[in-house]
Amino acid sequence: MAALTAARSGARVIVADEQSEFGGGLLGTGIEVGGMVARKWVQKMVEALAKWPEVMMLSRSTVTGYHDHNFLVINERRTHHLSNPASLMSRERMWRVRAKQVVLATGAIERPLVFTDNDRPGVMLASAVSVYMKRYAAVPGRSLVVFTNNDSAYRVVHDAIDAGVVVKGVVDLRDDGVSAAADAARCAGVPVYLGHAVTAVKSNFRGVKRINIGRLSADGRSVVAHKGAIECDVLAMSGGWNPTVHLHAQSGGRPVFDETNACFFPGVSVQAERSTGACAGEFDLSLCLVRAVEAASEALRQVGIDPVTVDTPGTAQHSEAPLRALWSIPGDPVMPRGKKFVDYQNDTTEADIRLAAREGYRSIEHVKRYTALGFGTDQGKLGNVNGMAILADALGQSPGAIGTTTYRPNYTPVTFGAIAGRAVGEVLFDPIRRTPMHEWHVEKGAAFEDVGQWKRPWYYPLPGEDREKAVSRECLATRQSVGILDASTLGKIEITGRDAAELLDRIYTNAWKSLSVGRCRYGLMLGEDGMVMDDGVTSRLSEHRYLMTTTTGGAAHVLNWLERWLQTEWPELEVFLTSVTDRWSVTSIAGPKSRELLESLSEGIDLSPETLPFMSFCEGHVAGIAARVFRISFSGEVAYEINVSADQGLSLWRTVMEAGKPFGITPYGTDAMHVLRAEKGYVIVGQDTDGSVTPIDLGMDWIVSKKKDFIGKRSLSRADTARANRKQLVGLKTENSTVVLPEGAQLVNGFSSSRPVPMVGHVTSSYFSATLGYSIALALIKGGRARLGGTVYAPLLDGQLIKATITEPVFYDSDNVRQRD
Amino acid sequence: MLEIECPWCGACDQSEFSYGGEAHIARPKTPADLSDQEWGDYLFNRENPKGWHREQWCHTAGCRRWFNAVRDTVTCRIKAYYRMGAVPPEEDGR
Repeated sequence: MAALTAARSGARVIVADEQSEFGGGLLGTGIEVGGMVARKWVQKMVEALAKWPEVMMLSRSTVTGYHDHNFLVINERRTHHLSNPASLMSRERMWRVRAKQVVLATGAIERPLVFTDNDRPGVMLASAVSVYMKRYAAVPGRSLVVFTNNDSAYRVVHDAIDAGVVVKGVVDLRDDGVSAAADAARCAGVPVYLGHAVTAVKSNFRGVKRINIGRLSADGRSVVAHKGAIECDVLAMSGGWNPTVHLHAQSGGRPVFDETNACFFPGVSVQAERSTGACAGEFDLSLCLVRAVEAASEALRQVGIDPVTVDTPGTAQHSEAPLRALWSIPGDPVMPRGKKFVDYQNDTTEADIRLAAREGYRSIEHVKRYTALGFGTDQGKLGNVNGMAILADALGQSPGAIGTTTYRPNYTPVTFGAIAGRAVGEVLFDPIRRTPMHEWHVEKGAAFEDVGQWKRPWYYPLPGEDREKAVSRECLATRQSVGILDASTLGKIEITGRDAAELLDRIYTNAWKSLSVGRCRYGLMLGEDGMVMDDGVTSRLSEHRYLMTTTTGGAAHVLNWLERWLQTEWPELEVFLTSVTDRWSVTSIAGPKSRELLESLSEGIDLSPETLPFMSFCEGHVAGIAARVFRISFSGEVAYEINVSADQGLSLWRTVMEAGKPFGITPYGTDAMHVLRAEKGYVIVGQDTDGSVTPIDLGMDWIVSKKKDFIGKRSLSRADTARANRKQLVGLKTENSTVVLPEGAQLVNGFSSSRPVPMVGHVTSSYFSATLGYSIALALIKGGRARLGGTVYAPLLDGQLIKATITEPVFYDSDNVRQRD
Repeated sequence: MLEIECPWCGACDQSEFSYGGEAHIARPKTPADLSDQEWGDYLFNRENPKGWHREQWCHTAGCRRWFNAVRDTVTCRIKAYYRMGAVPPEEDGR
């Protein structure tokens, strides 16, 4: 009714129903609505709704989560019911809905009674027995006894008689105020035992055989007289109804206890939602339909839509007498045996909860965790309210004072597949970024490494080569002649504007205003806590124009970082940032022959060291392509980074490879790049640093300006940051020069009787250097700078203890002669 | 997931935004003059109130602009948005 009201008023509506067909509780009843069987009426309503183009009807779709700002998650099961689903059809679909207004009509779940032997096969909820018979035309047994504390269970009496099931009796906990329902049962020839309880259930492997009933005392706490036994094979029970307040509670509402109905009703709405029908505690069907229209009308008015009038049909449901809340039902007074189950999934019994109370548990959240009440896939949908009420009884409080445990998403379990959705496989999990030269790397059989979202060539194995051999060959070729590296992935940010140099001065640890046009400078960026965050070379392209490079993985972060300072703290600076990472391809050639090679390809560029010294750049043409050539080096060799527009990158690369043949040009990947830079002691931010390393720790005091302020400077003099025995970057040479330490290996000073053996540092980078003929490593060691020449040990998982000498972190060409040549 | 109104782009899902924490924490003009205690306060200590909280957000996957919002940390309701440098709106209960 709510959906129809909204649709007719012109709203866009989603109707989500967890069942396979619409209709909820009406599907399992014989009640008449609008002069026809409820099921028929439901069908008519669904047909009427389907005519509205802005109404989306989702069956087999559970609203599993009600999150902030009216964000609802619907889990639709698409193929589970199909015998032969299309092969590419997704099994489940996760709808993410931002609703303007929500009407919750989630109904109510019948509550079991807590009595002796209530877990025997054949003891069922009364509504379940009705649904089997009325909806699925299946009888769960031949002879039935009903055990109830309320009127609703009397419906199953008539449903059973209709289905030809013998109804042996109704055991009703209520004593006085004989209701119309009881009279109707008696008229149908069914004995009704008022003020009685089921005290025991006898069963065999086939299920229930017989039940014992007894007369209750006036307060319901004991059984005063044994009444006798009734043969039956199904016991239908009803302890009342729990409104399904889960989504209301997830939305931030707090359910409140209603003494009359002995259940939790929705509380005050926090978000744009309202509950209607049984989930709002309205158990009269006619009124439910009226309230649904009212709820929809209210929701419509909230969003400025005038609701149309919708007539609701009458129903044949009678008003009900109140229930009797008897949270735990006494057993046989003579032979008290058997257990009273509260949580059927976790086998939590009434005795367990009373024990928890005796042991001092007071909070329902603690009792939940002590007894397992409400865990499991049903999350206490059957047992929780009974459990809370029993705890309240044990503590002499009201259930309302105990309150509920927290209702958390998801309402019912959701598969990981549904949550992952389309984000699966190579293609859809995460974007893949490829450089303009990617195709060439694939042709040459490169092994790839993932760096952030980038695919970078790792090494290029020749036939018969393993990784180690390939990397050694690539390193040697670069040191001896010329190597070529695809450096396109380096983050590139163009910084323009009057105050660009001022920004660099504040962001980097060193001074930038002195950098002249055409020159490049290495910079180190710290967080405000003084820890190294990123590094890279920045070049001054023109008076107010700089090109900053960042680490491959740090590009986005650095851009956001700069942007944040500019927008929030320094709005007076006139600086503009543009990410140009994808705009340029970068072909890096390195090695003693790189100048000769580049000379053969360049036009209008003077590569002589006097004109283009180390850490400078020029513009011109390379292989006929407009290019920026940066003379910077991460390998320690003479090196040039040739930037051309991305669409020319592959063409340039191929031309350079062709021209490099006489020099034996060798492509190298990230692995060789790492070895070459480690030989030079150049750190990689994020590998040799981990967010707890200052420039001082790295031995890079030379780049930290004493004169100006910069982000993070003040932190460098904090007591902890300035102390002497911080972990500092050093080199390691293993005693056995062929042993390569594992990266991440912990370092100790040797054997020690104390446990754990004090750890003095760890290995951050470690390789075999083919150039040097021995293994090298970089490590962070406590007070390491003062221990040069000393010894540390790396205990390995296999029990070996590797001895190593602490050295300077520069292993090759420590005077930097080669790269300046 | 919150729905956040970028002052430039309008309402978008939270997944497009990044959170910047408490707003109106001015960076000290001369950090060198601060004691370790004062600097540590600026660096690490935040109000973390229960209730209304003025905080920074950035529309990272949109216009990349930073702005401020006043959000209730209990209900996540956001009652006001204002640009960087603007005067914060009056707040209840603080």
